Amino acid sequence: MTMPLPLPRTSPRRLGSLLPAGSVLPRPGSLLAVAAPLLFLLLALALPLAAVLSQAVRDRAGHFVGLDNLRDYLGNPALSAALGNSLALSALSAVLCVALAFLYAYGLTRTRMRGRGLFALVAQMPLLAPSLLPGIALVYLFGNQGWLKGMLGGHSIYGPIGIVLGELFWTFPHAVMILTAALSLADARLYEAARALKAGPWRRFLTVTLPSVRGGLVSAFVAVFALVVTDFGVPKVIGGQTPLLATDIYRQVIGQQNFQRGAVIALLLLLPALLAFLADRLMARRPAASLGGKAVALVPAPNRWVDGFFLLFCGALAFCLLLIPATALFASFARLWPYDLTPVLTHYRFELMDGGGWTAYGNSLRLAALTALFGTALIFPAAWLVVKGRAPMALRQGLHGLALLPLAVPGLVLGLGYVFFLADPANPLRPLSGTLTLLVVCTIAHYYSVPHLSAMTALRRLDPELEEAGRALKVPPAVTLGRVTLPLALPVVLDMASYLFLAALTTVSAVVFLYDPDSMLAALAVLAMDDAGDTAPAAAMAMLIFGTGALVRLLWALVTRSLLRRAGRWRDGR
Amino acid sequence: MRRSLSLLSFALALALGLTAPAAWAATSLTVYTSLEADQLKAYKEAFEAAHPEVEIRWVRDSTGVITARLLAEKAAPNADVVMGVAATSLMLLDQEGLLDGYAPAGLDKVKPALRDGRPQPHWIGMDVLSSALCVNRTEREKRGLAVPARWSDLTDPAWKGQITMPNPASSGTGFLMVSAWLQMMGEEKGWAFMDALDRNIASYTHSGSKPCKQAATGEFAIGLSFEYRAAKLIDQGAPIELVLPAEGLGWDMEAVAIVKGTAKLDAAHTLLDWAATPEANALYARSFAIVARPEVQPQHNHIPADLETRLTRQDFAWAAANRDRILTEWSRRYDAKSEAK
Repeated sequence: MTMPLPLPRTSPRRLGSLLPAGSVLPRPGSLLAVAAPLLFLLLALALPLAAVLSQAVRDRAGHFVGLDNLRDYLGNPALSAALGNSLALSALSAVLCVALAFLYAYGLTRTRMRGRGLFALVAQMPLLAPSLLPGIALVYLFGNQGWLKGMLGGHSIYGPIGIVLGELFWTFPHAVMILTAALSLADARLYEAARALKAGPWRRFLTVTLPSVRGGLVSAFVAVFALVVTDFGVPKVIGGQTPLLATDIYRQVIGQQNFQRGAVIALLLLLPALLAFLADRLMARRPAASLGGKAVALVPAPNRWVDGFFLLFCGALAFCLLLIPATALFASFARLWPYDLTPVLTHYRFELMDGGGWTAYGNSLRLAALTALFGTALIFPAAWLVVKGRAPMALRQGLHGLALLPLAVPGLVLGLGYVFFLADPANPLRPLSGTLTLLVVCTIAHYYSVPHLSAMTALRRLDPELEEAGRALKVPPAVTLGRVTLPLALPVVLDMASYLFLAALTTVSAVVFLYDPDSMLAALAVLAMDDAGDTAPAAAMAMLIFGTGALVRLLWALVTRSLLRRAGRWRDGR
Repeated sequence: MRRSLSLLSFALALALGLTAPAAWAATSLTVYTSLEADQLKAYKEAFEAAHPEVEIRWVRDSTGVITARLLAEKAAPNADVVMGVAATSLMLLDQEGLLDGYAPAGLDKVKPALRDGRPQPHWIGMDVLSSALCVNRTEREKRGLAVPARWSDLTDPAWKGQITMPNPASSGTGFLMVSAWLQMMGEEKGWAFMDALDRNIASYTHSGSKPCKQAATGEFAIGLSFEYRAAKLIDQGAPIELVLPAEGLGWDMEAVAIVKGTAKLDAAHTLLDWAATPEANALYARSFAIVARPEVQPQHNHIPADLETRLTRQDFAWAAANRDRILTEWSRRYDAKSEAK
């Protein structure tokens, strides 16, 4: 689960005021167009979810038993301990992560410390790897043979300490992104007024800064909490004896093939994620301290002490972040950690390992390319239909609502939903089981929301007169979309594609129940190799994914820059 | 418009190129297996070289997962053949009526102790896998401890937090150890031994190899595992001492069987015929000291030649019949320390 783009705040209910009134009668074409994404989300999201819910209230023979399964699960202390652990560790990780990310984002936005661009880049880096990477690197750093084992003061890294450290790394970019966005909206006039009223720096911070980012803080907490409670990569590698919901669902379904119990845990996983989602949406509905047209952008003044402190803080944190991939990279080249550190390439010879090796890597590249291609081709026009389409309001709102649903659905739950949905012998989609096509569909559905929201934001910024001009010239709307809207929104479209590419490259949670040997993926290979005790090859594969992700991000940045330059020339009329 | 059309057709071509499956000329046989990843490739290549008309498609997971999966798929099996899975698991599957009988060519040459006794055996053994300790010499010497020689030495508090063993619910290697302790010491003393051992255990792993691999990197000093993994890691230069505890070794057969109801019966028979040949046995012998065909005599640098005399007396029918009960009791006592899965 990754969301490298801050979520624009739109509630489904407020949508109405933003949509043009359906003044013209819908044409069959527009109905047909909106039906396609609706059908996709219905089949790829709503029906599998319904399948999980219906399994959770049935026994193995398929009889309806109500909440008996849930009562069984909660009645078993060994099992229900997972629920408490999950909630406690997620809350702890979220508090720590938001506190660190707040200071980091403050340094990026409100100070003149040196290297802000570099620090912003480093904060994004954890998005390039599956959540298994921090787990593996932490074993090398703090395990029984770890370089920094002494720092734990005799405590074991296998357990809560490892889980929280790993999750901090993995969720840091999400919190930094949300808080950077919140902190960069500041009205200098408020600070001037506070200063005129003789408020000191602390008072200004407490009365001006904090209230203006309250929404961002809650958003960041909720996002990190939801990510941690549903992640199983970190605890799978380094969780030791600490039972958690996310690892338990995996154990029940894969290890014991107990799908009913898996469905019950899915229900428990869905709840916190759903609550987090609702809390966030509720916050979004409250009028944010939005900037009026007269706001004056805050330009932080240089201050030797403040800038120095934040340089030190951000530098230390960036060092810790970089230590994770650096350690994994080093370990992946060492012949036999920790006894023989001669650099060798043997751990990159995956063919004698579990997990399908280079074939899995190839599959991952195909999955990522196909998800980016088809995902963008589906989500962008669908967002266009929601914002600018002329289908009845109810259909457009339904589409928008379904498009936001994946934000509240953990990947493990969605994946299990597919298993149940396709297990039905009467389902005509059954032959898709285990194919790469199914993994593409599932990944698009899993990561649908964020690109949908960024497409909507971009489309809203475009002047509706463009469509009106097209209509006046009697050009079909699809042509206006292709010739005018799409080129204007191209940077956002590329952003969506790169988001989907990275998400598909690093995802583990939804696909872990769905692959078969021919559609094995690189991130799943990391999991399999770590499971078999081949930690160094697992680190090697994780770093391969990391490097691929970095390369794609670099290409994306270059292409976007050249596009913006061309667009700039065009806009300037040169 | 034309440009967008050509863009569309390019995208479609790209998509088709990326999804198009390769065309199979041979019959594809789905084989569920718990063999080690580094054995699979050699077995597949040798078989397909001998029988190009059949292609093996491995589905690999640990013994417990493969067993649970076959049971869960009982109504509509996905597997055609099960290969390299513990005989106790296959006996259990057989009791559920999941396996088909077949007498492969050369059946009479297979050691009688290593196959189902019926004229149309429901499973045929390939080799014997036995338990072993992997002790990290460097870590042991660092602590100034002697090499453990007996199972009972492992309960010494000096090893606290330094031992890992496979979870018997997921790993065949784990189950054969537990089953042997219970049969060798009797149920009461067996569980008492495991209680004492549990106090020293750092974690119960999902895989049977992982304890040995973790001992190789010194992450934990002792791994309870099996002899092939230990020998292989020593060859790779790991500071490992292979120890065969004196009280006797737990063991199981890796065996092969046909899943009842397979649509590819001919191809399945071909694989079973091959699995009983001396050529296939020579491949098993690269990993194991005891194989099904007596004329194949394995030579190993690190595994003593008298391995057969060190094995405990095992009642596999008892182990298969009591597998569920043993695992339930085991989970009740020790599950808190198990890895997820």
